[in-house]
Amino acid sequence: MNVLKSAMRRPMRLARLALPALLLVALASCTGDSATYPQSTLIPKGDFAEMVDKLFMTTFWWALGVFILVEGVLIYAIWKFRGKPGDAEPTQTHGNTTLEIVWTIIPAAILAFIAVPTVRTIWRTSEDPGRGALVVEVIGHQWWFEFRYPEYGIITANELRVPTGRKVDLRLTTKDVIHSFWVPQFAGKRDMIARHTNHFWFTAADTGVYSGQCAEFCGTQHGRMGFHVVSSDSADFGAWVWQQQHPVADTTFAKDSLYQAGKTAFMAAGCIGCHAMAGQPTANLADMVGPNLSHVGARHHLVAGMLTNTEAELARWLRDPNAVKEGSLMKLPRPLTEGEITALVHYLRSHR
Amino acid sequence: MSHTHESTGIKSWLTTVDHKRIGIMYGASAFLFFLIGGCEALLIRWQLHAPDQTFLTPEMYNQLFTMHGTSMIFLGIMPMSAMFFNYLIPLQIGARDVAFPRLNAFSFWTFLLGGLLLNASFLFNAAPNAGWFGYANLTSKQYSPGLNTDFWVAGLQILGIASLAAAVNFTVTILNMRAKGMGMLRLPVFSWMSLITQILLLLSFPIITVALVFLMYDRFFGTGFFVPSAGGDPILWQHLFWLFGHPEVYILILPAFGIISEILPVFSRKPLFGYTAMVFSGCFIAFLGFGVWSHHMFAVGMGPVADTVFSLMTMLIAVPTGVKVFNWIGTVWGGNLQMKTPMYFALGFIAMFIIGGLSGVMHSVAPADLQQTDTYFVVAHFHYVMFGGSIFSLVAGAYFWWPKMFGRLLDETLGKLHFWLMMVGFNLTFFPMHMLGLHGMPRRVYTYADGLGFNGGNLAATIGAFMIASSFLVFIINIIKTWHAPANAPADPWNGATLEWSIPSPPQHFNFAVEPVVTARDAWWHAKRALGGKAPEPKQYPEDAVHMPNPSWWPMVVSIGIIIFFIGLIIGVKLPVVLLGGATVLVGIYRWAFEPAFS
Repeated sequence: MNVLKSAMRRPMRLARLALPALLLVALASCTGDSATYPQSTLIPKGDFAEMVDKLFMTTFWWALGVFILVEGVLIYAIWKFRGKPGDAEPTQTHGNTTLEIVWTIIPAAILAFIAVPTVRTIWRTSEDPGRGALVVEVIGHQWWFEFRYPEYGIITANELRVPTGRKVDLRLTTKDVIHSFWVPQFAGKRDMIARHTNHFWFTAADTGVYSGQCAEFCGTQHGRMGFHVVSSDSADFGAWVWQQQHPVADTTFAKDSLYQAGKTAFMAAGCIGCHAMAGQPTANLADMVGPNLSHVGARHHLVAGMLTNTEAELARWLRDPNAVKEGSLMKLPRPLTEGEITALVHYLRSHR
Repeated sequence: MSHTHESTGIKSWLTTVDHKRIGIMYGASAFLFFLIGGCEALLIRWQLHAPDQTFLTPEMYNQLFTMHGTSMIFLGIMPMSAMFFNYLIPLQIGARDVAFPRLNAFSFWTFLLGGLLLNASFLFNAAPNAGWFGYANLTSKQYSPGLNTDFWVAGLQILGIASLAAAVNFTVTILNMRAKGMGMLRLPVFSWMSLITQILLLLSFPIITVALVFLMYDRFFGTGFFVPSAGGDPILWQHLFWLFGHPEVYILILPAFGIISEILPVFSRKPLFGYTAMVFSGCFIAFLGFGVWSHHMFAVGMGPVADTVFSLMTMLIAVPTGVKVFNWIGTVWGGNLQMKTPMYFALGFIAMFIIGGLSGVMHSVAPADLQQTDTYFVVAHFHYVMFGGSIFSLVAGAYFWWPKMFGRLLDETLGKLHFWLMMVGFNLTFFPMHMLGLHGMPRRVYTYADGLGFNGGNLAATIGAFMIASSFLVFIINIIKTWHAPANAPADPWNGATLEWSIPSPPQHFNFAVEPVVTARDAWWHAKRALGGKAPEPKQYPEDAVHMPNPSWWPMVVSIGIIIFFIGLIIGVKLPVVLLGGATVLVGIYRWAFEPAFS
């Protein structure tokens, strides 16, 4: 207890060391790279996110300045005016009108320096994306994202393909509860609300795979409702569009018995009840309950960004969706046999 | 004769209408609920200490984070503030009780039973699971078919009744029962901030009540206020909720401001700097609090006009809040600081609240908030305000007024150990969350994937959370230790400034033997200074002349009726149960009305 007591007697020394240390940690972790922080708002990769980042940094530096100043004065005051036994009663001041006016006006002035760029950015980020933009309809579902490209007649899920350098004009809504569309490196969030169509836009500056996530609590599996944005140059994007518009023909696999078994299982095991799929009677249906699976083999990830698209992961998922993602709305009408799983994995992954 | 009903035993507590006893019961219940909410936080933190954990199922996690938020706000911080309202307001204004003592008992029992009902949902594995904000249309029957949301709606309605009754009571008490000579600008700042809080409660709780009634009708009777397929709009819920929810934030923090404004002058040995500025900035904050609700909704897509207005209004709040911080520092400045435990927590409050305030300004920048909203950056921000602000302040108040309430001083060494553990643990928990949020970690996720850069910050936060828990363990040890020691607190252990320090610790049940007459702000300091620093001789009390209200069972009966009524709704609108509840309420109110208040 005595050791404790003596440590307690010089608390301010501790505080004086702790505060700068905290600041250093704060600054150190602000710098980072995309590989370490693939979902960071501080590493913008598009025009929208860059505007926001610039604005945030302006606010941050003001805030940091105020923080150092005010905490500094507070700590200085605590140290300077610490009482000693036998001290006389201090002067009984009641206030100072000049000071009150000064410390009302100075913060207000600082706020003006933040308010002006804030308002400017609000209006700039609300601008209409214009004619040449790529329109994508984004539809939220518990717990996955659907993407539709009216310009190209493409419907896909959980992987948004965009060309670099061309504005993407998002039209957001939901089939069920409120979700929120968020790809931190491209833009902020925009909610997806039933019977509302929300607007949002961004332009990808670089090629790459970027990670996004639902940002509005939407039920059991909100935590695993992710997706990816794949940006590529316009040639690659054009190739992807062409590929999406030309589904894999079943005839290509006429002699592939495993493929044929998978195709049969897709219908026999009930997958077809929820999923649109090229080469199946559901090929052209737009409003299925589950994600559109045409070209699923070409996607980087499965299950709303949760699993990498490999044979093993797909098989694990088909074996027991609820074990992989508890509460998932993918209900198998009956357990699949190992043979069916192997066939289905092959069938689905052949659709590139 | 009337003073003789001050007695001991369980019955005397169940029927008490004494504001001090009700205050203690508020405090004890709130602390218990606070510990439950804390355990929920520890489970959450354990789940998140590393990526891809399966310690909790997603469903359990969702119940825990919902109940953590709901408990800490409605069952922890609010009733802990209510403890101070109850115990202190009459003492600070020189009154013998609150304006409506039995209504006060009713508020407490309704709060306690409502809190127990809300927590009873765990027994049915049906704790609320749609977040403390209960956004429509996730709360609709279609997407939340279980009892979870029914418990939440019923619990919040019941707690709202308790809060509204208390708000009426304290508003009337403060306005009408001040001692002779205590003009509004001589009112102690804690009582001032309490008054503002009551007015916020009066104006904001009806809004959430309306929203909850809509939701109840949607769920129980198939209406479609928030159901899109029936023509309803989920956005309506957000406006109603935050129109209540933002003032609610000030309901949580203004009492804390009041507590700090009492403690700093006493331990700086000089009056509060800028009393009038403090009072009016408090009023201004409360006023602005009704004009900023949509800053919780920037991601909704309200358009640039609304975003601009709500951005600027929100920034404006920083001005009166800054005025408060500067005046607190002004109070410390030039003082003679007595570094006792309450002062540690009060100074810690200022240091932490500054951080919460600054991150608040960052949120007011609407485009930047599009990145920050619904991330851990927000979790960091509001914990710096709610924990670094409210909890630090409530703990400061607990150490400060403990001797007044229980006649015992808490141990200083353990108190300071509590402070340092809490200070370090708090920052270790919540500071890294700023970075987690900026690096893209959303809120309310039951787990996160490896490789997103979230591992380190989350591990630190989990370690910090257990440090916070250990700090409260030290607090409990302190309470137990001093409880068993002989009563040692004099009437005025800290050289206090306000009237509660002029009477014995703990006070007699009638508070003031002779109703005090006030001639200056800081009335008790003024009285002592007039005698050259000595306390005036205690007044002789003519016991028979003090008439105190009778104890009563009826407030509790009415509360029980309300609970039965809502249980009837939760279990599927069972009419006999609902009617039984309604009848109990009616009988209770009737008997209450005709029961003599004084013998």
